[in-house]
Amino acid sequence: MKNFEQWNGFKGNRWKEKIDVRNFIGMNYTPYDGDASFLEGPTEATNKLWGKLQALQKEERAKGGVLDMETEVVTSLTAYGPGYIDEETKDLEKVVGLQTDKPLKRAFMPYGGIKMAEQACETYGYKVSDKIKDVFHNYEFKTHNQGVFDIYTPEMKVARHNKILTGLPDTYGRGRIVGDYRRVALYGIDALIEGKQKDFAACDRQGMRRYDFQLREEIADQIRALKGMKVMAESYGYDISKPAKDAREAFQWLYFGYLAAIKTQNGAAMSVGRISTFLDIYIERDLQNGTLTEKEAQELVDHMVMKFRMVKFARIPSYNQLFSGDPVWATLEVAGMGQDGRSMVTKNDYRFLHTLEDMGPAPEPNLTVLYSSRLPENFKKYAANISVTTSSVQYENDDVMRPVWGDDYSICCCVSATETGKEMQFFGARANLAKCLLYAINGGVDEKTKQQVGPNYQPITSEYLDYDEVIAKYDKMMDWLAHLYVGTLNMIHYMHDKYYYEAAEMALIDTKVERSFATGIAGFSHVVDSLSAIKYAKVKAIRDEDGITTDFQVEGDFPRYGNDDDRADEIATTLLSTFLEKLKHIHTYRDSKPTTSILTITSNVVYGKATGSLPDGRKAGEPLAPGANPSYGAEQNGLLASLNSVAKLDYEDALDGISNTQTINPDALGHSDDERSENLVHVLDGYFDQGAHHLNVNVFGKEKLIDAMEHPEKEEYANFTIRVSGYAVKFIDLTREQQLDVIARTCHDRM
Amino acid sequence: MDNKQIKGYVHSLESFGSVDGPGVRYVIFLSGCAMRCQFCHNPDTWKMKQGELYTADELLKKALRYKGYWGSKGGITVSGGEPLLQMDFLTEFFKKAKAEGVHTNLDTSGNPFTDQEPWHSGWLELMKYTDLVMLDIKQIDEQEHIKLTGHSNKNILAMARELSDMKKPVWIRHVLVPGGSDKDEYLHRLADFIHTLSNVERVEVLPYHTLGKFKWENLGLSYPLEGVNPPTQERIDNARKILGAI
Repeated sequence: MKNFEQWNGFKGNRWKEKIDVRNFIGMNYTPYDGDASFLEGPTEATNKLWGKLQALQKEERAKGGVLDMETEVVTSLTAYGPGYIDEETKDLEKVVGLQTDKPLKRAFMPYGGIKMAEQACETYGYKVSDKIKDVFHNYEFKTHNQGVFDIYTPEMKVARHNKILTGLPDTYGRGRIVGDYRRVALYGIDALIEGKQKDFAACDRQGMRRYDFQLREEIADQIRALKGMKVMAESYGYDISKPAKDAREAFQWLYFGYLAAIKTQNGAAMSVGRISTFLDIYIERDLQNGTLTEKEAQELVDHMVMKFRMVKFARIPSYNQLFSGDPVWATLEVAGMGQDGRSMVTKNDYRFLHTLEDMGPAPEPNLTVLYSSRLPENFKKYAANISVTTSSVQYENDDVMRPVWGDDYSICCCVSATETGKEMQFFGARANLAKCLLYAINGGVDEKTKQQVGPNYQPITSEYLDYDEVIAKYDKMMDWLAHLYVGTLNMIHYMHDKYYYEAAEMALIDTKVERSFATGIAGFSHVVDSLSAIKYAKVKAIRDEDGITTDFQVEGDFPRYGNDDDRADEIATTLLSTFLEKLKHIHTYRDSKPTTSILTITSNVVYGKATGSLPDGRKAGEPLAPGANPSYGAEQNGLLASLNSVAKLDYEDALDGISNTQTINPDALGHSDDERSENLVHVLDGYFDQGAHHLNVNVFGKEKLIDAMEHPEKEEYANFTIRVSGYAVKFIDLTREQQLDVIARTCHDRM
Repeated sequence: MDNKQIKGYVHSLESFGSVDGPGVRYVIFLSGCAMRCQFCHNPDTWKMKQGELYTADELLKKALRYKGYWGSKGGITVSGGEPLLQMDFLTEFFKKAKAEGVHTNLDTSGNPFTDQEPWHSGWLELMKYTDLVMLDIKQIDEQEHIKLTGHSNKNILAMARELSDMKKPVWIRHVLVPGGSDKDEYLHRLADFIHTLSNVERVEVLPYHTLGKFKWENLGLSYPLEGVNPPTQERIDNARKILGAI
C-alpha cells in the first residue's frame, strides 16, 4: 500500500492499494444540502482576468471567429512553450496552462487529416509552413483520414456522399474519450506510470499476436504520454510526479491532465468529466485546516472554468456547419446520487454553477446537472434558478444512468455517459433514418441525386401508401443501412486507433477498458410522424418523371409524436428498439457494445438540406427536428404533453442518449424568478421520474432571439447563451440558417 | 365507462400552466362565454357547445397523466370561456378530481353568478369540491364595467362577498387596460373593495396585451381596442402597488 504525506487527513485504504478514485470520493466527500448563501462573488483577480479574456473573445469575433493560428509547429504535449491569458498578469492565474503559447490561439493538429488542417488554416487566411507541408505530403506521413479513405468500399463512399450516413468522424478526431483527469491529482504521474508499466508486463504472454501487439504499443504510447505530461507541467514550473498536496495543486494537476488531452486531440467532444465532488474534498480539507477561504475556493473554480472557456480547435467550414458556434463539449457534471443513497451534491457543485453568475453565461464548460428528484431541494432550486437566469445548463437523469453506469460516470459528449476511467467510446455520428424511409419507398434510389445508393429493392408503386407495405420495405432497408453503418464505423475506428490514438486520455483510463460503440439516429420525429400519417391518414405519393417519389399529399388528420398520444408514441418506441436490435446483430470493432442515440446537435439543419420531402408534411430541404424533439408545430398540448411523449422512449434502447431541447417563455413559467425556478423543478421532477433521459432548458422568448439575430452588436447579446441539441452556444455565433431554425422551434409561451 | 355521464364541451387543453393558480397546472378551457370583454384574447372560446366532448372520467384520465409534475402545490385549473356555464359537468369533474386528491382551481369571470335557485344550490355544491377560485374583477365601476364587457358587475361583486363569507380561498385577477381600468380612481376603489374581503390570498394584475387580436380578425370581428397599447411598466407597477398585487 502506498502512502503519501499529501494524503494526510484522507480516509480509506482501498483507493491507496490500487487506482480507485470512486472509492476515494465515497470515503471522503461531504454532502451538502444547505442553500446557496455561502457562495462568494468573484475576486479582483478573477474580474481582471475575465475582463482580459472577454476583450480577446471580442477581438476573436471581430476577426471572423479565429484570433490566431499556429502554422509552423505541429502540436504535441510539449510543442509550444507556456502560455498565459496575459504575460503581465500571469501571477494572478490560479490555474495555468494553454493549448498553445498564446490565448485563444489554435494549435496545428494534422493527424486527423492533413488536408483538413490545411483547409482550416486557409479558411481564416493563414498558410501552413512549407516545412510542414513537405513532411506530410512528400514523406507521405499518413493520417487517420487517409487511412479510412484507403479502405472504404465504393458503397460506403456513395452512402456518405448522399448523406444517408453523415457527420462521420473520418475528417476529424472522434473525441468522446474522457480521461480520468482526477487521477493526476490524487496519485501523481509517477504512480500512474508505475501502474501502466505493471499492465505492460502483465500482458506479456505466450504466442502473442496482432491484438497483443496493438495493446502493447498502446500502453507504451500511454506511458510516453504520461512522461510528456510531466515535461509539459514543468514548463509552467510544476512537478506533477507526486500527488497534489492541497486544493490549488489538485485543481492545477487535474487541469494539466485535461490540457494534455486538448493539446494532442481535436475530438469533436473533449469532455472534462465528473470533477466537482472530487475537488470539493481537497477544498474541504483546506477549509478545515484554515489554509483556504471560501473566496479563494471560488476563485480556484472560476479560474479553472475560465480555462475551459478558452479551449479552441481549428475547424473546417463543413465541420462548422455540422457543429455550429465553435463548441468543444468540455462537458462537466455536477450533482447525482451515490449508490449508497447519499446525494453527491457538495458545495463545489454550487461553486461550478455559480461561475455562470460570477463570470456571466457561457456555452463552455458544458455544465450538466445529473438530476434526480431525490437531490436536495435547495440544490434543485438553485440549479433551476441558474437555468432561468442563464439558459446555460442541461439536465440528465441520474436515476436512469446510475443503474447502467454506476455512480462515477462522466458525460463524454453532449449527453452520453461512460464510466469514468473504466470505459471509452467509439463515436459514430448519425444514420439518417428519414432518408432511409424514402429509400424504402424509392427502391434505394436517392430522392435528391437519383443515384442508386441502397440496394435496388422493388420500389413502392401504388398511388396511396399502404402502411404494412411501407413497414416491410422500411425494415429491409434499415437492415441494409445498419450493416453499412456499422461496417463504416468499424473501419473509421480501426484507423483512428492506428493513426490518431488518444494516448494521453487512455493513459488516464484503466488498461482493461470497456468500449461502447455509439451510433446515432437523425430524423427521428419525422419518421414517426410519417409512419403515423401513412397509418392513420391517407398519404398519396407524388412521383416525378423518373418515377421517383419526391413529395406527398396527406389527406386527413393523424396523431403526431409530441402530444402524449400513444398511437404516435408507440411508433416512436418501436422504431427505436427496431433499429437498435439490428445494430446488435452486427460485429463491432474491438467487441465494443453497440448503443444508439437520438441526438443531432445543430447538424439537423445540414441533414435536413440533404433530405427530400416526407409524408409528415415536412418539405424537402427543411431542417429536421433536432434530437428526439417532436417536429416543428407538432406539439399541440403544451410542454408537458411533449415531455411525456419523449419520456416514453426507453433509455435502455438508446444508452447513448435521448436529447430533448425545450424553450419556455419566462412569462409562461411563472411571475417571478423564484416562482419560475420552483415550477421548473416540478417540470424536471415530473419528467425525469418517468424515466426520461435528458432535457435542455431555455428560458427566453422568441422576441429576444429575433432581436439578437438582427442586432448581434448589442452588448447584452455578447454572451447570450442558449441550449441547442446537446450543447450550449452563443446565439450570435450560430449561422443565420441555424438562428432561423432555433427561432422556428416551438417556444412554450401560452399567455 | 358510464355512458350516462354528462359531457362537457372542451375548447382546448394545456398540459403546462404555470401562471394559472399555484404551481404547475393542467389547464382545461371549457367552451362558451356570455361576456364580450373588449380586451378578450380568447374570443374563439365564446361560442357555446363547440369543441370536443368529454365525460368527466375521460378528462380526468387525461389530466392525471401530469400528476407527477404537480408537486404539492399544483393541480388542475378549469378556465374558459366561462366554466360556470357548464356547472353540472364541472361539479362532477371536480368531485372526481378531489377523490384523486387533486388540487382544483376554478378560473371564472363570475358572470353567471346569481342567488336564484336552482343555480345557487348547484354553485354551493361545486364549491364543496373547489379548492381555489380565481375571480376576475375586470372593472369596479359598474357603468364602466358594462361598457367594457356588456354586463353589470353587481353579481360578480356579490359572488366575491359570498366567497369571502364562506372563507373560500380566492385570487383576484385584474386586467389592466390603459385609458380604462388602469385609472387610479378605479384602482383605489377596487383596492377598497378587496380590503373588505377576508379570503383574498393573492391579487394579480394582468397587463392588457394585443396577442389575441389576430383571433378577432380570424373570426371576422372588429377589434374594439384598436390603437390601445399595452400599459407601460410604470402603470403596471402603479397598479400592483395600489392593489397590493404580486
